[in-house]
Amino acid sequence: MSFFETNIGILAIVIGQCFLVMLCVLASLAFIMYGERKVWGLLQLRRGPNVVGPFGILQSFADLLKHVFKEIIVPTESDKVVFFLAPLISFVLALIAWVVVPFDDGWVVSNINIGILYLFAVSSLEVYGVIMGGWASNSKYPFLGSLRSASQMISYEVSIGFIIIGVIISAGSLNLSEIVLAQKSDYGLLSWFWLPHLPMVFFFLVSALAETNRPPFDLPEAEAELVAGYQVEYTSTPYLLFMIGELSAVLLMTALITILFFGGWLSPVPSLPDGFFWMFSKMLLFFFVFSLIKGLVPRYRYDQLMRLGWKVMLPVSLGWVVFVSFMAHFKLLNYARW
Amino acid sequence: MALYFFYFFASTAILSSFFVIFANNPVHSVLWLIVTFFSVAGFFILVGAEFLALLLMIVYVGALAVLFLFVVMMLNINFAGLRSGVAQYLPFGILIGLVIFIELILAFVPWDFKEQSFNNLSSPINLSETNTVALGKVVYTDYFLLFQCAGIILLIAMIGSIVLTLRSRPDVKRQNITEQIFRDPNSSIEVKDINPGEGI
Repeated sequence: MSFFETNIGILAIVIGQCFLVMLCVLASLAFIMYGERKVWGLLQLRRGPNVVGPFGILQSFADLLKHVFKEIIVPTESDKVVFFLAPLISFVLALIAWVVVPFDDGWVVSNINIGILYLFAVSSLEVYGVIMGGWASNSKYPFLGSLRSASQMISYEVSIGFIIIGVIISAGSLNLSEIVLAQKSDYGLLSWFWLPHLPMVFFFLVSALAETNRPPFDLPEAEAELVAGYQVEYTSTPYLLFMIGELSAVLLMTALITILFFGGWLSPVPSLPDGFFWMFSKMLLFFFVFSLIKGLVPRYRYDQLMRLGWKVMLPVSLGWVVFVSFMAHFKLLNYARW
Repeated sequence: MALYFFYFFASTAILSSFFVIFANNPVHSVLWLIVTFFSVAGFFILVGAEFLALLLMIVYVGALAVLFLFVVMMLNINFAGLRSGVAQYLPFGILIGLVIFIELILAFVPWDFKEQSFNNLSSPINLSETNTVALGKVVYTDYFLLFQCAGIILLIAMIGSIVLTLRSRPDVKRQNITEQIFRDPNSSIEVKDINPGEGI
């Protein structure tokens, strides 16, 4: 019996895989941050970061050093433990979600049966970082920001849940790899779920923006009203952890869109081989869309945001679940892939 | 291995539920309650009910506890006033606690664990299908009526709470969204030619 078949050996393998995924995610976050800033720069007719390294490509690492070496300022009236727990929670939750994401056939740390539920649970827990940070700062702006964030994330979670249920009904499984494999056929990109679930792709995109507090729904940190929302009192490394957590959540949403609607690692043209490359490029494409939206769309008003969540998103996605169930039950138009 | 995990989750569950009661700050209480939920979700995973575990996380931790936290944070409770009232409410608290304790004893003592586990052995969990499928098959066949009843009760509770909190206040200025969306430049903007020095 070799070492890798013992309990400790298996543990070592799993921990090694987790570290590998974490390093990859953090490294790609650094460059994706750079890419995002370049996109905004182009949109606003600026150059974006162009000083550190060739074409400014090492800008994120310079920012990392800047944040880490700054002084941590703790408000005297704050709740110290919760104050430091909040950024850690948002950072850790953003990272642990990646263990169930399949990057290729079999390229997943933990291929659990209910991967999609796990992702949904983690993304619904992400509100805690924001709400705890806002409360522990013991100041008005962060508190208002965290209250906004709590209600916003809960509202949009509901519609995300219903959209996911529609896809689950089509795929007949809660396993992310099986959801991807259910979209595999000889027709390439025409057999992915974006076609039968077309309206829900847009709904999911909007809900994902709201769930991750991205513009145009970045009300929790609306600088015009709340200075910077829940992040006002945070400096240096805790602030950095919040930023990384947020960006990682955005990247996770792009991965989720790719897996649910755009065939994960499957290639769009049947003759080309499937692989990690497709997953990665689809995620990049959606991240590009996210950054474009951040650069182009003005911020929503808060009551409109809530109205959109409860009076538009929720009824339509609920109706869509009924529609998909009907189509899947009677096996119409290839809605049921089981 | 699983035994160590059980002890870990059991100790965190008990400790954190003690902290829920003894924490001075109500917000800390809610945070400890969340730790308790996590530990219980760990139990569910240990017995192989991963679907229930994640459902617990999504429903209780992801939605319910957030609303708890939301309410508790807004309350801004006066701690000194709360402490002084403890002696006054203590008898009632003890009485209610005692009643629940006796109920638990009444429920658990006549339960023959040995026989129960024997029954479970005679109908083992079907490992060929996932947890979710197994649960769905039970809920939508044998217990269909009860399941639907639970749903209807929840719906009634929801409608009831909406009715209780809904107040129509004519004095508050409201936004009519459809009106706002269907505004067009012709009716909302008036372009005027102004001669210099005259004004409108």
